Amino acid sequence: MVNAAIALVLAPLAAFILIAFMTRRTEALSAMVGIVAAAASLVLSIGLLVGVLADPAGAHESIKWLSIPAIGHFRGLEISMGVLVDPLSATMCVIVSLVAFLVMIYSLGYMKGDPGFSRYYAYLSLFAFSMLGLVVADNYFQTFSFWELVGLCSYLLIGFWFEKKSAADASRKAFITNRWADFGFMVGVLLLFQLFGSFDFTELSTVIPLAKGGAMLPLIAALIFIGPLGKSAQFPFHVWLPDAMEGPTPVSALIHAATMVAAGVYLIARGFILFASVPAVMEGMAYIGGFTALFAASIALVQKDIKRILAYSTLSQLGYMFMALGVGSMSAGMFHLTTHAFFKALLFLGAGSVIHATGEQDIFKMGGLGKKMRITAWAFTIGALALSGIFPLAGFWSKDEILLASLRSGHVGLYVLGLGVAFMTAFYMFRLIFTAFGGASTEGLRAHESGPAMAIPLLVLAALSVVAGLIGSPWFERAFGFSFGSFIFFGEGEKSRLDLTTAAISSLVAVGGIGLAWIMYGKKLIKAERVAAAFGPAYRLLDHKFYIDEIYGWIFARVMLAGGRAFDWIDHKVIDGLFDGLGAATRATGRKLRLTQSGRLQGYALVIFGAVAIAALALSTDLLGGLLK
Amino acid sequence: MSGLPLLPAILLSPFAGALLLALIPEGRKSAIRAIALVSSSFALALSLATMILYDRSLAGMQFVARIPWVGNFGINLDLGVDGLSLPLVLLTAIILFAGVFVTWRLETRSKEFFIYTLLLVGGVFGVFMSMDLLVLFMFIEIAVIPKYVLISVWGSTRKEYAAMKYTMYLLAGSAISLVAIIAIFAYAHDPARGLGVWTFDLASLSTIHFDAGFQKFAFFLMLAGFGVLIPLFPLHRWTPDGHSAAPTAISMLLAGVIMKLGGYALIRVGVGLFPEGAAFWAPLIAVLAAVNAVYIAFVAMVQKDLKFVVANSSISHMGFVLIGIASLNAASMDGAVAQMFAHGIMAALFFAVVGLIYDKAHTRAIADFGGLAHQMPRVAAAFLIAGLASLGLPGMFNFVAEFAVFSGAMQVYPVISVIAISSVVLTAIYVLLVFQRVFFGPRNPRWDHLSDARGVEMVPIVLLAAVLIGLGLYPRLIMDTITGGVLPIVQRIASLHIGGTF
Repeated sequence: MVNAAIALVLAPLAAFILIAFMTRRTEALSAMVGIVAAAASLVLSIGLLVGVLADPAGAHESIKWLSIPAIGHFRGLEISMGVLVDPLSATMCVIVSLVAFLVMIYSLGYMKGDPGFSRYYAYLSLFAFSMLGLVVADNYFQTFSFWELVGLCSYLLIGFWFEKKSAADASRKAFITNRWADFGFMVGVLLLFQLFGSFDFTELSTVIPLAKGGAMLPLIAALIFIGPLGKSAQFPFHVWLPDAMEGPTPVSALIHAATMVAAGVYLIARGFILFASVPAVMEGMAYIGGFTALFAASIALVQKDIKRILAYSTLSQLGYMFMALGVGSMSAGMFHLTTHAFFKALLFLGAGSVIHATGEQDIFKMGGLGKKMRITAWAFTIGALALSGIFPLAGFWSKDEILLASLRSGHVGLYVLGLGVAFMTAFYMFRLIFTAFGGASTEGLRAHESGPAMAIPLLVLAALSVVAGLIGSPWFERAFGFSFGSFIFFGEGEKSRLDLTTAAISSLVAVGGIGLAWIMYGKKLIKAERVAAAFGPAYRLLDHKFYIDEIYGWIFARVMLAGGRAFDWIDHKVIDGLFDGLGAATRATGRKLRLTQSGRLQGYALVIFGAVAIAALALSTDLLGGLLK
Repeated sequence: MSGLPLLPAILLSPFAGALLLALIPEGRKSAIRAIALVSSSFALALSLATMILYDRSLAGMQFVARIPWVGNFGINLDLGVDGLSLPLVLLTAIILFAGVFVTWRLETRSKEFFIYTLLLVGGVFGVFMSMDLLVLFMFIEIAVIPKYVLISVWGSTRKEYAAMKYTMYLLAGSAISLVAIIAIFAYAHDPARGLGVWTFDLASLSTIHFDAGFQKFAFFLMLAGFGVLIPLFPLHRWTPDGHSAAPTAISMLLAGVIMKLGGYALIRVGVGLFPEGAAFWAPLIAVLAAVNAVYIAFVAMVQKDLKFVVANSSISHMGFVLIGIASLNAASMDGAVAQMFAHGIMAALFFAVVGLIYDKAHTRAIADFGGLAHQMPRVAAAFLIAGLASLGLPGMFNFVAEFAVFSGAMQVYPVISVIAISSVVLTAIYVLLVFQRVFFGPRNPRWDHLSDARGVEMVPIVLLAAVLIGLGLYPRLIMDTITGGVLPIVQRIASLHIGGTF
């Protein structure tokens, strides 16, 4: 098991090295290398999952990577690198390698003819390696390392078309925003080691419950939690994700929807014992998640760019997952992560298909695409229905799990908030569909269905978006004796259930959202412009994304850069001034002293005589007695 | 194995190279290059051999070679390396080797250039190998002086000012540390308090228990004197001008090894002889280290010249070395030594890449560039690797070093450490900002005539990047050796209380 896990992580790394150093000039070969490696990872991951299903205990092995002994009362540093195979990591491996594989196939069509084709596959392979490495990591240090590497891949892929300033800006913004968050993460991990002397998940899970109260553990949990806030783009670190849409669309599907942004959720699930032992952090997690879900969904209501709508939707759905984890249900959070990976990847690849065909991203400049791109339209609609939580598609099951978990843990406010978000989600998705795919064709908009390389991944993901939710359904549990909640859980396994009240309410809400979208954008019975005008200030606030980018931009330019200039001034004027002044003073003293070396003998004679006289006086103090005293 | 005269051979190879070069006529360019290459390869190969043959289980001083010199005063040319100095010897050899390739195409007075460079490197080797305090000090001077000539003859942008500023700062620093060295010498000769013999032997000196007042006094002088080399805020101002004015290979050596002389001497002599003095002054060092790390990172953020960015970045990174030393525990001190090594390689790579761009484009102003990745993809990749190492990305050795420093420092100065650690974010900000401004953006036809790095130009890039990544993936290759060197020093200090008042 351990060997399979190591192999599935290393296969994409090998692909990266091969592409970077050998096949770069032969594009077809580069793509093939990448795809074969991803396929190998996928097969091995499925094998791993099957193995874990048979034996949920999994496997764990590690090697010593760095060892500095403790001296006196100071801790040293003991770091190991290892592989931890359990239901959580095996499931995540399948998700990551499956979506990566499909995206690589899809990219054959999408990236065809791009001058950076080989580079693209190299980066994707590097990403797959880093992400899988993160998933199987057995300790916080290793997780942090791969965590940073996926961030690097994200940086490289967002800025893939680096000639565009917007792409270059977006890539830097993504990296820096995540760096701020990872600063907290790293300090948290350092303190964690200081407190327990270990980074290892398994070891920590036995020592953390024994930890006595005190301020340290809550502080550590809160600091480490900042990392996921950045990676999963939760408020107030959310700003980078919408901009990350500058990257190629398949990248958005893989990294910025299905896998990397979910790493935050994954880390919380992996270290659940730590967070669960600090109720305050859990509450904060739930409310930050809920807030982000609502906040992002509200912004998505008014966006015009197809990818940005999906990006805010991703933020919002990640907020759901945080909410689920925060209210204590690791199963619900991970379940939603799983289904979301499929339907959001589907939506992004569908959007990519549209963009590829039309070269357009503004949904209001599209229209009537449903007739020209049948497969894409159908697949996209299935994705939207799954996201909206329509029975029996994937999103229905996982979202209801989250709602139910909030209700059962007594978070009625979050439950209501979750329903509100569900309504908004259904509305903005079908606003998109009715506008872009429905209605009359826009003149001059050329569109055609994409080729098989792009269509097949869409179909596979569409199928998964339909059925993936069933693994968390009571029917599945009845048929196979287990379900998602009894496979991946914290504490006690969760039984799958279908709470009819919640199901009915959430379905009603979702249908209501779709209905309103149909009235406004399908039938155009209510003019959207009139609504926007009626809510003028609110609309502007949403349109400007609550001005948060502006605030951050101001802080960077007016505080950080201004600080840099001030310090630079101090360096040049104050410190240089001081030391140059010292030099000048030395020279000036020299100039004055030089005057004494005049060359006039009388002068020298006078000084000598004076010195002798003083010396004589000084030596004769005893003789002169009290005269000088 | 320890019996092989490896260290004298390493020490002699640059001096022998310089001597040979002096005998060759100026016009024979290829012969000049060949001699420089052979003597640097020789030093590199022998340093690697020493690294491999060094017995980690034994630790301590190995490959000891004793050459009596001025016996009456106890001055001896005793050479030896331990886990503290050996990595730095290797570092020096790697950077010298890379520097020869960087200077491969130098046309103006290449003979003199290589002579001075080899003399300088010989001095650096001497510092790291010397087991005698006075000899160590004299080698520092040998390393410092050729630089004045190298900057003022082969430099650029305000080179005379920079060369003079550099020399004045460093000589002032030397003068201060010399006072301490003489005081130690006198103290050791005192039969009541010291050993009663004239000696500069570091091992013998470390057996003396200097009284607390003397420790505070002497350590402070060491801190001020060697602090100039490191450089320690506010003694850092020679660095940006010096680095920027120096020719590429010399910037590489300056940031790569000369700055490390200070850190090395501070650990070896300062902490090694005066544990109580070190413990007393440690909080001050920690505070100044945080200023180094953060304040200078802010300064780097607004620089307009590529070399000034990298030079300031170097000072900022030395903050991590300093806080590592100030924390006085195994993890932090290990990290400090590792950081000296890692930063040396990284800075050399940075300067090599910037030098490559400057040689071709004849400008270093960031605003002149944009879209350079179109014309120079390899250079862009090399710059990014150096940048990622600089911002402490896992997978690079710099990250391992910084993590060790932080984990040690957090235990002693939690608040100051967190402030210093924030510098990893600031570094990311300026590195990526510069990377974007120089390499990203639309293709600029003005730079279409620039060719990407190739041939000999790739040698330093590949070598340095490989070291950073190789050790980043498997740090035990060098960390265990470092630990062996650091432990004896740290053990003496473990029980001491850090900080205090007069």
